[in-house]
Amino acid sequence: MYRYIIRRLLIMIPVMIGVSAVVFFLIRSIPGDPAQILLGEHSSEEALEKIRTQLGLDKPKIIQFFYFLYNMIKGDLGRSFLTNEIVSIEIYKHFPATLELTLCSMIFGSTVGLILGVTAATHRNSIIDYITTVISVAGISMPIFWLGLIAIIIFSIKFHILPISGRLDPTITFKAKTGLIILESLIRGDFTVFKDAIYHMILPAVCLGTIPLASIARMTRSSMLEVLNQDFIRTARAKGLPTRKVIYTHALRNALIPVVTVIGLQFGSLLGGAVLTETIFAWPGIGRLSVEAINARDYPVIQGCIIFFAFIFVFINLLVDIIYAFIDPRIRYE
Amino acid sequence: MKKVFKVFKNKAALAGLLIILFFVFIAIFANFIAPYDPYEQSLYDRLQPPSRTHLFGTDDLGRDILSRIIYGARISLTIGIISVALALGMGATAGLISAYYGGIIDTILMRLFDIMLAFPTILLAIAIMAALGPDLKNAMIAVGIVNIPTFARIVRASALVIKEQEYVMAAYALGQSNFKIIFRHILPNIVGPITVQASLSYGGSILSAAGLGFLGMGAQPPTPEWGAMLSQARSFIISAPWTVTFPGIAIFLSVLGFNILGDGLRDFLDPRLR
Repeated sequence: MYRYIIRRLLIMIPVMIGVSAVVFFLIRSIPGDPAQILLGEHSSEEALEKIRTQLGLDKPKIIQFFYFLYNMIKGDLGRSFLTNEIVSIEIYKHFPATLELTLCSMIFGSTVGLILGVTAATHRNSIIDYITTVISVAGISMPIFWLGLIAIIIFSIKFHILPISGRLDPTITFKAKTGLIILESLIRGDFTVFKDAIYHMILPAVCLGTIPLASIARMTRSSMLEVLNQDFIRTARAKGLPTRKVIYTHALRNALIPVVTVIGLQFGSLLGGAVLTETIFAWPGIGRLSVEAINARDYPVIQGCIIFFAFIFVFINLLVDIIYAFIDPRIRYE
Repeated sequence: MKKVFKVFKNKAALAGLLIILFFVFIAIFANFIAPYDPYEQSLYDRLQPPSRTHLFGTDDLGRDILSRIIYGARISLTIGIISVALALGMGATAGLISAYYGGIIDTILMRLFDIMLAFPTILLAIAIMAALGPDLKNAMIAVGIVNIPTFARIVRASALVIKEQEYVMAAYALGQSNFKIIFRHILPNIVGPITVQASLSYGGSILSAAGLGFLGMGAQPPTPEWGAMLSQARSFIISAPWTVTFPGIAIFLSVLGFNILGDGLRDFLDPRLR
């Protein structure tokens, strides 16, 4: 197992270098002089020259890339053109909001998806099976940014049940050391904050969670149908086990293997979807940070955010592969 | 031909096809169907709720939303065609070359696609858009590029199987050129999986381009692109919710059409699923 993990970690290195190269050269191909953007239109040639030397912009692009890689390994992704803040600190500050949102969405999507998938498979061709099929196809086709807006119209504007945006009510002051408001308020026993944070989380998490929900429900259904036809299930039934035990202990555990892969892959869509969801719900995460950076042409921040998102995705894929190898030992020996 | 029609015994696939045909119809005959000019502003009629004169209401500049959605179908279908054609053309060629020649070419291409697949799709599209600049044409290119690896992988996997078939060996033994073997003997036999992927990617492309439009990176005003329409309507969500409702329904239905057609085709082409 260790050898498998080490092999997978080694494979990650060239992918990460490649990812950094793609983003670096894409951002460098944007027309315009970064020094000019940094100093403004009416700066002297002397000042421009100085900043170019300081940032290494006078060197060939490939050399600049190696400098960039070297700095990135040290955790230095440059400074924001707009705020002069260190990009890695900006990412660090915004990451907990994105993490909390994606985790809650995934918990919602996987739980509902699994329940729907299992119920649909065990009640094949019933009304619940049809509903699940409709939800899974509709969920994949749904523009989540629209779903978010419609949810705001219904639940926030019309019925005033849930808040329209943000992570907490502006009247509440809560300083979360980790940035994870829900978790920290729960640990500290501050239930007013916890309740408010959950209220604020419901709409964005449900909207974003629709993406994994649809795929997980679909995969669970088909995987369960396949497993339910296997001989060992017939044996379990024949020896008189209660249906609940046959389904949840014997069938679901075996049907989960492909579902785990789908959950891992869906994290990518979640990270992408977070950009849209955070924009709609004014959620102070990395997704919103990157959109604001794009609108302001703040290239170091765009670069940092996209690389960070890609690294997280690569890392999640690695985790999924390891979990997969744990569940199915054959994978390790391939 | 009979075989092709058998696909549509699957009710879902038929429903998907009908939805697509509906959008194709309104896109082609937009000039005749749309009750108003999609660009015509009338500040006197701004933010009118749905009524007999404006079935879907009007936007903040008094433009008829129904007419803009009808013209928007042209844009969305074009986005799908161009981005899927780009992804399919480049992805299929790369996949075929990779499978046929193998070795170092295969390794380089596949590692390159691994890198592209390491990005969440819309984020790679955003990075490309940041470099190309916000524009509808660039959005189509960006969405096309991010879909290349998916096509390349599917084509490569299918081509690897076909490559080992005896008739391909026979063509090789008869001294046919590599080009002819790839495009005349291998490609026609992997049309099935390519068609399924094209249908699914078409829906995905419309969705991604609408997402880019929504973020202000795709089509720019006053183009009646559905995502951009949603983006502009956001500010009026409280006073005029209809401005948000209808463009979203249009995106949802068109993507749904391609997705269920793609699913139907997959079920039909993969007998194990039947």
